[in-house]
Amino acid sequence: MAAPTPSPSPATGERRVPRKGRLRQRERVQIPDDVGPIATRRLSKRYGDLVAVDNLELDVHAGEIFGLLGQNGAGKTTTILMLLGLTEPSAGVARVVGFDPTRNPLEVKRRVGYLPDNVGFYDGMTGRENLRYTARLNGITGSDAEARIDNVLEQVGMTDRADTRVDTYSRGMLQRLGIADALVKDPSVLILDEPTTAIDPIGVIEILGMLRTLVQERGLAILLSSHLLAQVQSVCDRVGIFAAGKLIGVGTVPELAAQFGEERGHIEVGFEGLERSQYAAIAKTLRSSAGVSEVHEPVRASEPFVLMTATREDTGTVREAVLAAAAAKGLRLSSIREVVPSLDDIYRRALHAKGLAGARGAAA
Amino acid sequence: MTANATSAPVATSPASTAPAVERIRLRPGWITIAGKEFADHLLSVRLYVLLIVLGIAALIPLYFAAEQIRSVAANASITPAVFLYLFQLSPEGVPILRVDLWVGISAPLLGVAFAFDAVNGERHEGTLPRLLSQPIHRDDVINGKFAAGLAAISTALLAVVLVISGVGLLRLGIVPASSEIIRVALWLLTTILYVAFWLAFGLLLSVVIRRAATSALVAFGTWLFVAVPFFGPFLISFISGVLAPDDPNARHLIGQVLPSTLYSDISGVILNPTVQTTSRAVTTSQYLQAQSFFPDSALSVTQSLILIWPPIVVLFALTVGCFALAYVRFMRQEVRA
Repeated sequence: MAAPTPSPSPATGERRVPRKGRLRQRERVQIPDDVGPIATRRLSKRYGDLVAVDNLELDVHAGEIFGLLGQNGAGKTTTILMLLGLTEPSAGVARVVGFDPTRNPLEVKRRVGYLPDNVGFYDGMTGRENLRYTARLNGITGSDAEARIDNVLEQVGMTDRADTRVDTYSRGMLQRLGIADALVKDPSVLILDEPTTAIDPIGVIEILGMLRTLVQERGLAILLSSHLLAQVQSVCDRVGIFAAGKLIGVGTVPELAAQFGEERGHIEVGFEGLERSQYAAIAKTLRSSAGVSEVHEPVRASEPFVLMTATREDTGTVREAVLAAAAAKGLRLSSIREVVPSLDDIYRRALHAKGLAGARGAAA
Repeated sequence: MTANATSAPVATSPASTAPAVERIRLRPGWITIAGKEFADHLLSVRLYVLLIVLGIAALIPLYFAAEQIRSVAANASITPAVFLYLFQLSPEGVPILRVDLWVGISAPLLGVAFAFDAVNGERHEGTLPRLLSQPIHRDDVINGKFAAGLAAISTALLAVVLVISGVGLLRLGIVPASSEIIRVALWLLTTILYVAFWLAFGLLLSVVIRRAATSALVAFGTWLFVAVPFFGPFLISFISGVLAPDDPNARHLIGQVLPSTLYSDISGVILNPTVQTTSRAVTTSQYLQAQSFFPDSALSVTQSLILIWPPIVVLFALTVGCFALAYVRFMRQEVRA
């Protein structure tokens, strides 16, 4: 039966049920035209009293992989849904591939590939049939569609299994099919929500490598969200640290390390064939080297000694001193390395710095 | 990868060129969705159950009542509307196995069966966010699913009607008059309208209730008390007893807005030209009009149509209301649970 369809708005032809009692504040905020493929200004989303996203200012440049990192409930998925026009912001604006996703969701969705968190496919259909459906929804049919589907299946390494039913796929295969699905429309931006969750480590490496290749081959901009910091550290050009709906730090991993990382240097020193009785003497020797502020003896035999230096600049001279001391005492060094702060450390410290440790937003 | 006319220039300088890019004219999204859903329906177990259930409606009465109908057909010249009798005959002692009654009972169940998991099923499978992130309007999803369900059930009902007519024509030698063909077509259309109501109801359940199993149970329960003749009167008595225990008209009124009552009235009048009243109140003028034009027993198609126009309008309104409710709720729902 005919639906009582609300009349299309003149500008976009988008049908939308108007929401009552909502004051639109986003009109006040403007985004210039020369921003990258994804930009938000004062973007906010409230669910009642809960603030899921709070005045977010995000910029993703063309040809980069941007990692949106945060705990579950930090507001990552809410942000992504707003970027795609699937959820209306409470305030602020977004601009994605040149369009406002709230007013022009179709233009955005035509150009943005999206891999949802926990992506699902129609069980009774094969992978290829699922992709064909997506292609049709994008207005791609016939031999053009088949060529594209073959291409993206090959790109994600799913050609062999494309013609078996989706309910036989593993989680990792679903994830790869999901990326293929997002690529069918030949997007200029790819948004991936938790692309590595529930995948085994080798699968993660494969997927991240694939994303790198995609950026190189197609010049895509990729926005990915994750709560598994260490995994995405390697693949992201820049990361944004997201907590309680706010972006509390943006930059490359070294930049963030400089901003939020530990001031002291951190060196691990391992020796070969040590007796436990020697630990105290060695610790004493190490402690006497210039620049060393703290030494921790290993708890188990397999562990190295841990040296902390007063500043990070000291680590070079300390390594030299340790080497000389070891040679002088006739000890065999098995390893000596500076420990660079991981994104996990940076993340924890950033939360502490902003007083947000343990803070969790409303929506995942 | 072949370059996409819309996206290729956008990649380089999105803001300046995008609005100027010539748009590809897309087929409306709901047609694509309806096409996929319809194909799913054709391969689904549900359709086979539907065909078996409706097949019972079509073939068992014909089989058991072949003798009965032959004796009727012998007097075909003096019996008006014998072709329509095909849809109303039942085996001796099993009155429920009458085509029109059986369809009246089973059609609602089939309607909800094709819709109860339309939206929550997509949600459960995790396909809804992916579907909505394609360049389609959100209402395309619900419109397409409704259209597909309606198409599947209409096809099945049409097949049943054709089988019954075919058996009547070929095996029993009953040739329909033109007015009888019109009546059968009208009956088919109103039956589809009735199924559409239940489809819209199932769709509403699938939007409002998050778990498909729960919405199936609710749908089944509603069907049992509203559409099954054995339980229907209980429901009417119960509602009228609660709302207005002392008002004798309340029972009648509630019966008038119950879709099952509406449909049985419509079906009874369309298939039987000698039925001159519906069980429900028609305006007096309409009633007199119907009587005065044809004082003898049979009504013309137009007269019957006048008689059942009010219940058709009410049924249509209920259908639109149900669908509108499902539509609005779906449009306002968050994509995530």
